[in-house]
Amino acid sequence: MALMRWQLAYPEQPIPWKVFALVPMLVGVVVFFIGRRKGPYLSMAGFIFIGIGLLIWYFVLGETRMPEGVMLPEFYNSLGAMHGTIMVFLGIVPLSVGAFGNYVLPLQIGAPDMAFPKLNMASYWVFLLGGIMMLSSFFLPGGAAQSGWTSYAPLAVISPGQTVWLISMICIITSSLLGAVNFITTIIQLRTKGMTWMRLPFFVWAQLVTSFLLLLAFPPLEAAAVLQLMDRLASTSFFMPSGLVVSGQVLTEYTGGGSPLLWQHLFWFLAHPEVYVLILPAMGIVAEVIANNSRKPLWGYNSLVYATVFLGFMSFIVWAHHMFLTGMGATMATFFQTTTMIISIPSIIILTALFISLWGGSIRFNTPMLFALAFLPMFGIGGLTGLPLGLAPSDIHLHDTYYVIGHFHYVVAPGTIFALLAGIYYWFPKMTGKLLNEKLGKVHFWGSFVFMNGVFSPMFIQGFAGISRRLWDGGTTYLHAQPYLYLNEMISVSAWLLGIFQIPFVINLVWTLAKGKKVGDNVWEATTLEWSAAPSPPVPHGNFKSEPEVYHPAYEYSLKSNGRDYTPQNEPLKG
Amino acid sequence: MEIPYTVSPRPDTGIHNGKLGIWLFLASEVMLFGALFSTYILLRTSAIDWPLGSDNLNVPLGTFNTLILIISSVTMVMAWASLMMKDFKKYKLYMGLTIFLGILFLVVKIAFEYAPKFAHHHYPSTNTFFGIYFVLTGLHALHVLGGILVNGYFWGPGSKMWKKAPQQFINRIEIAGLYWHFVDLVWIFLFPTLYLL
Repeated sequence: MALMRWQLAYPEQPIPWKVFALVPMLVGVVVFFIGRRKGPYLSMAGFIFIGIGLLIWYFVLGETRMPEGVMLPEFYNSLGAMHGTIMVFLGIVPLSVGAFGNYVLPLQIGAPDMAFPKLNMASYWVFLLGGIMMLSSFFLPGGAAQSGWTSYAPLAVISPGQTVWLISMICIITSSLLGAVNFITTIIQLRTKGMTWMRLPFFVWAQLVTSFLLLLAFPPLEAAAVLQLMDRLASTSFFMPSGLVVSGQVLTEYTGGGSPLLWQHLFWFLAHPEVYVLILPAMGIVAEVIANNSRKPLWGYNSLVYATVFLGFMSFIVWAHHMFLTGMGATMATFFQTTTMIISIPSIIILTALFISLWGGSIRFNTPMLFALAFLPMFGIGGLTGLPLGLAPSDIHLHDTYYVIGHFHYVVAPGTIFALLAGIYYWFPKMTGKLLNEKLGKVHFWGSFVFMNGVFSPMFIQGFAGISRRLWDGGTTYLHAQPYLYLNEMISVSAWLLGIFQIPFVINLVWTLAKGKKVGDNVWEATTLEWSAAPSPPVPHGNFKSEPEVYHPAYEYSLKSNGRDYTPQNEPLKG
Repeated sequence: MEIPYTVSPRPDTGIHNGKLGIWLFLASEVMLFGALFSTYILLRTSAIDWPLGSDNLNVPLGTFNTLILIISSVTMVMAWASLMMKDFKKYKLYMGLTIFLGILFLVVKIAFEYAPKFAHHHYPSTNTFFGIYFVLTGLHALHVLGGILVNGYFWGPGSKMWKKAPQQFINRIEIAGLYWHFVDLVWIFLFPTLYLL
């Protein structure tokens, strides 16, 4: 991302790669030599910094990518495609579903493990294989995929680097499928005694709906990936129309007869539910943190659950609102506009219920709570700016502009990523038995909050001005973009500062792991089973010392029956 | 703590973990083949002229293969039923038959259908009809192969479990059977769609 932003801010100038590469490497070497005496974690951080430096060095010195340090358009496109793919499929989904789901979910329902531990392992290894293939595609002769994370045919079929992208996507999809089967079975079968459906923590509901989306939406993309792979390797014409002309030449190796629109339908049939895969676990995390730190039950738990299930169902019939520009006709457009407007209702119910949950609570402003609180308005902006994109007349102007980038980044960056950070700060004591430093955490939060907005809010202005999202020079050759090009520099500076403000976070993680003090089992005084019934960190095999029994719903805060303001789920209510 | 309900069903859901897992997996398979069938429909409706399956494909061989798969589904049920009646020898016989029929299906498919197609220069790239034909039947053949491997394991080394944990072994055969019936079912949709329509 940093490389892309430099390119957009200063398209003609060479990248100061010495600063980009040597500074992190120097920091890494220093950290490594200091950390050598303090323990293995710090040396690991040192290695990470050195690695980042080496990677940038490699990219910039590759003459085919960036002659004399100026980025070529092809390489910019590769960075764009890989940024989307990595963040969505290798970053957020594995972290929110794979990591948090796998770790927290069995603990919250009182299960000793996932239902199929071997399947879980298989899912991880297939994912790792796909991830390594995806990342290593940068180092292949043709370079990485260049067609965006959407890989629209027919361009994707004829551009280099796409084959490896498709094969690694098939691996990643297979991994998600195995994971989804495992999650759903675990939630349905392994709930402990007394854990009825309406006593489940909201996070578990969010994971359940997410898993159903993964289970049913990913196979069509797998089919589409197989078809595109056939187009590339066996010269079939599933996505290749007849008489396609590329650079003034008719493509002769394809017989034609296929439909590029078919790819878009199959892709968005996955990719719209995928958006909810990105946001639902985040909502689950935020609900947990807010209920715990406002010290009162979630407001409207039942409506939250029903809204989430309805959201999951609706997400399967809105996909074509990504395709208003394909000329699908007014009838189809009307249908998908209507479903899109309907799907915004459950999102608003969820957001409203979380806001009202704060009402009258005695809120503790610790770092996880700050991130969770910031999630609410940030996701609100992301959601509301989506409405003009869901209506065909306004979408026709805004489609493929920076407005779209601003919209979905507000959903996933200050939305999902803030929620994930809240989750990391909240569950870190569970995983390690140590509490992250609050002061460093607050520096991390405020820096991230300010510069996250600095990065993404100017994009709305650029989008209204009609600047296209895929221009490698940021739009310098277009007259209508001229008045708004100065914003590129602001966005880029914010992006680098945002990156710099993640350093306190890395230091915090490493420092706490190496030097942090042990805290008690239930450091947040929470009611859910992972805190109240299991030790921190949990028992290696089986999670719990004995099978917990559940007596009441998940968020019984502020009942003073036992002399405390919280009653754990595995403790009967008195009186 | 051990993982519960791996063998015996959970009282309130009435199902054990593995069976729920395979049904969920089959649901995702329905979506996979559903997407490919949708592709078929979209390609066919937008094509100017669509070659008739019965003119280009070998219908008698397809019918023969359909019969083979249906019979193999029956023998699969018989294998499971023999285990329920605690007759291990009959299980071996019926499971062996199922595997044999699966292999026979693949041999007919590859040696007597794919090979002559290639000999007549009918490749996936010839037109979109052959493209979707090879993708659909090829993916189905891969599923058959997977089923044969699983069944082969339960026929050979995996059958040792019968002595130690008979109920768990019966569950495994039932799950493998569900998968095998699904593969059969996919072919029953594939055959008329590609060969007859």
